[in-house]
Amino acid sequence: MREITYLEAIKEALDEELARDPSVFILGEDVGIYGGAFRVTEGFYEKYGEWRILDTPLSESGFTGAAIGAALVGMRPVVEMQFADFISCAFDQLVNVAAKNHYRWGGATPIVVRAPYGGNIHGGAFHSQCIEGFFFNVAGLKIVAPSTAYDAKGLLKAAIRDNDPVIYCEHKYLYRRIKDSIPEEDYVVPIGKARIALEGNDVSIITYGAMVHTALEAAQALNEKGISCEIIDLRTILPLDKKSIFTTVKKTNKVVVLHEQTKTGGVGAEVSSLITEYCFDYLDGPIIRIAAQDTPVPYSAQMEEAFIPQVKDVLSAVEKLIRY
Amino acid sequence: MDAKREDLLQLYYYLKLTRRLEDRVTSLYHQGKILGGAWTSNGTEAVSVGFGYALEKNDIAAPYFRDMGVFLIRGITAKRIMAQYFGKKTGVTGGKEGNVHIGDLNFGVIGFPSHLADNYPVGTGAALAFKIRGEKRIAVACTGDGGTSRGDFHEGMNFAAVRKLPIVFICNNNQYAYSTPLQLQMSIKNIAERALAYGMSSKIVDGNNVIEVYMAAKEAYEIARNGGGPTFIECKTMRMHGHSEHDSAKYVPRELLDEWKKKDPILNMEKYLLENNISQKAELESIDSRVKKEIEEAEAFAEQSPYPEPEDGMKGLYATPIAEE
Repeated sequence: MREITYLEAIKEALDEELARDPSVFILGEDVGIYGGAFRVTEGFYEKYGEWRILDTPLSESGFTGAAIGAALVGMRPVVEMQFADFISCAFDQLVNVAAKNHYRWGGATPIVVRAPYGGNIHGGAFHSQCIEGFFFNVAGLKIVAPSTAYDAKGLLKAAIRDNDPVIYCEHKYLYRRIKDSIPEEDYVVPIGKARIALEGNDVSIITYGAMVHTALEAAQALNEKGISCEIIDLRTILPLDKKSIFTTVKKTNKVVVLHEQTKTGGVGAEVSSLITEYCFDYLDGPIIRIAAQDTPVPYSAQMEEAFIPQVKDVLSAVEKLIRY
Repeated sequence: MDAKREDLLQLYYYLKLTRRLEDRVTSLYHQGKILGGAWTSNGTEAVSVGFGYALEKNDIAAPYFRDMGVFLIRGITAKRIMAQYFGKKTGVTGGKEGNVHIGDLNFGVIGFPSHLADNYPVGTGAALAFKIRGEKRIAVACTGDGGTSRGDFHEGMNFAAVRKLPIVFICNNNQYAYSTPLQLQMSIKNIAERALAYGMSSKIVDGNNVIEVYMAAKEAYEIARNGGGPTFIECKTMRMHGHSEHDSAKYVPRELLDEWKKKDPILNMEKYLLENNISQKAELESIDSRVKKEIEEAEAFAEQSPYPEPEDGMKGLYATPIAEE
């Protein structure tokens, strides 16, 4: 076992898959000679050459479309969106081509789109967005969002080996802030399976991405007050692991849904609906959603802090639920 | 480089097959037997037949919706295509898709998305794969004149040119994008000029002359196959029907259609074959009877085929379904 950061975990997954399978290659802006805006692909160009670590023109739709075409004829491309925000330029290729190829005419499209997403880095409206909501309504895509270094590596490997288009949401705030012990041997974390990040009995907090850490911090404070929280880390956003969601609801009967994505029409809305639809009789109180405010991501630190859910928001939601 | 007699006769056969298949589809559409819409390549068949016939077995086509000739030449049968129009289980996509939204990688055909020019980057990606793997295969991507206004047209062309990828880009310039004429689509005279901006060679051909399209495509494919990079081929032609069969195309001047009618690609080819003593009337008639029979059989097959079950629509979303515990 070794301790590595979230970013190193992503890098290791890519490196090992590139070495294992000659059909894997990386393309995107500045991924080659420069090593990527966040240095995730640093050293790969020298190791794997210019045809497996491809610097592309500034053209998200073009290189995402190219990844799709390469995937259709047997490659396993990994696209790097420099910032997840730029994925909007590739929306059509992802939504109308990649997502629908297999259903429409049987064309399996094994691409991974790495999307460095999320705020708390003072990036403003175009370098901080959570993009999973844009794609959450698109049948045919898979969306994952690891919160730990262990899952970052295992889910990326699973995504690369998967035969469907996977949007891999990697949280920029976590890159160098968290570490995990990683096994030496090869492993994957299966797509479609949530995990219990913390076991508890009184309230369930269903979340993913960087908010898992916010939830953990809140749970620790609540524990000191004698309130036991169970934290579900969804890990896969699309399709949702309904079984894990329903199991925790039936156990604690009280639910907070927490995410950094804006609130309206977000993943939390769907999770809440599923619970009301299938577990209504198990609920002892309303489902509380905690999410980013419905505005673009503001730049100033004071405003950004108010925009992104904080530990105090989780504390007050849980304390409100406990009173039911 | 000259085309051989057997190739010329095959080109003629595929022109006829494409025309008769789509003419029959048009009739069936007006009889209410075909769901949705019917988009045909009427008047422009020489484009898809020409560039489709020039492909080699392992090449990949990323066509657009007026490329019926490519589907047929690649080996997707008239039976499966007709069943596709009927929404039958035996159609190319089993009823998941209709009409010209055809893709089948067993025959080297990438599916067509309605968002025009989307297949330019996608075809470019197939070519990129061939280049990475060092294979002597090429890709061809096609779009119409309207599609050349979209960003994906430019992004695909640029990427392919920068990396000198083995792809050929075809443009079926049939003068109208739905109802929008060329002069409202672009301020240049020839679409081929767009290739210049990417440092790409280009060629303008008579899109109603199947031999010309075929020869130009073949030459461009060989350049691409041998590492010479992409070529853009503009095929100038004329859409003789509406955008789709519901559209009477009254916005197209009658005189323009009359003028182009004289240049019909099939009449063109017949004339060429007869005047140059490459074939005789009897031989061409026997090809046409073969085509008629094939279309009749295709229609009967489609009529008799079963419809898909409603629950079939729940299948096939993922290539790797989520494992149940």
